[in-house]
Amino acid sequence: MAGQSDPDLSIFTAPEVEFLAEDELVEIVPNMRMEALHMICGDFGPFMPQIAVKVPLWLAVALKKRGKCAIRPPEWMSVERLTQVCEAERESPREFQPLPFHYIEISRLLFDHAHDDIPNLYMVRSLIEDIRNVRFHKVETGLETISGRTHAVKLKNLSAMEVNIVRPFVVRALQAFYKHDSPEMIQQPEASASKRSQVVDRVPRRDLRPR
Amino acid sequence: MATDLGSADATWSEQDPSIGATTDVELLRRAWRNEKAGPEILQFQDALVQRAREQIQLLEGTVEEFMENGTDDLVISLYQMDLDRTLFLLRSYLRIRLLKIQKYVIHYSKTQLWDRLSEEEQKFAKKCTDILEKHFERSVLSRLPYGYQSILRQSISSEEDDMVPEPQLDTFVFCKSKGAVGSFQLDDSGDEIVDLVADDLYILRYKSIKGLVEAGRIDLV
Repeated sequence: MAGQSDPDLSIFTAPEVEFLAEDELVEIVPNMRMEALHMICGDFGPFMPQIAVKVPLWLAVALKKRGKCAIRPPEWMSVERLTQVCEAERESPREFQPLPFHYIEISRLLFDHAHDDIPNLYMVRSLIEDIRNVRFHKVETGLETISGRTHAVKLKNLSAMEVNIVRPFVVRALQAFYKHDSPEMIQQPEASASKRSQVVDRVPRRDLRPR
Repeated sequence: MATDLGSADATWSEQDPSIGATTDVELLRRAWRNEKAGPEILQFQDALVQRAREQIQLLEGTVEEFMENGTDDLVISLYQMDLDRTLFLLRSYLRIRLLKIQKYVIHYSKTQLWDRLSEEEQKFAKKCTDILEKHFERSVLSRLPYGYQSILRQSISSEEDDMVPEPQLDTFVFCKSKGAVGSFQLDDSGDEIVDLVADDLYILRYKSIKGLVEAGRIDLV
């Protein structure tokens, strides 16, 4: 089956992350009548013309493709909200603004399949692009503070796709630092240079990239 | 050192996962995610898989009925999509487990982790071990001098099984807390403490949160 990823670094493929995002609920306005759907993933509907109803994103996209509904873009996808987020994102260099966990995938799916339902499409698209860039830059600068003593990295509000993109690099970097910082690795130079006795192990270890 | 790369209050992020009834699909999704992201095999979700199988069969029957009685094509295709999505999730969950079992099959058969495997998985693991042993025996081990012919030990003088690959628990994982977990110790020496509040996202060493993952208090992402 497509999309089975390497269990070693436990990476999800991008389509797998998108698959997860497709279960997020969005509001649609149907233009047809259809009875309620009793699905494994939940009950949705009934569907009446002009009456808004919440459905998973995959269902919304399926209906939209067949011209059966309009998708209401989520509240956070307005120019106003995104401008606020973008500004806040720039002003706080060490924090990520709260956005839906799947904001990248949701916006991407809506751009691809429901572009006529998004007011100010170009503006919204470029704002999300900007927000992504600012956030990635923040992750990159944050990574410079990682050292052998790093046992935990806090990334509150980082989104699913962002996690997935930085995972291989971050995990390998942390593993490498952890490995080289372990006592066995530190012991080795001691054996040859006896002057530096056990005390070495006590002092706080130097960051590889002092700031 | 807990490097803080960001924290701001969640005002309009996701809906609270504890609100509302959780569907089996949601539970399966969580199990799939944790299994994919964790280095070591987790407890097989026997009841959940059973329920998912039943629901899939039920829906397959319904879809067939719909086809016969001439229900709207749109409705049929939507149900079919729901069916396909659930099938994908279930298959992917079972497959990722088989992959993990295959990789560390000897380790799993020797430890109490064996109990985490389903009956079918245990059968699979046994066959796997047999094949692996035969293969090593024929291709390499039988040609080595006496004392070096064990599949488990480097030589006869090894005190324990030192040739069995094990999952690396020292690796780092991304995890998200569902509710407030409170503070807990990160390493054995006890000088690293992290306080997990609801909806936090951390990169932590798998070993230190293993218990929390197994207890379902924290999710891997």
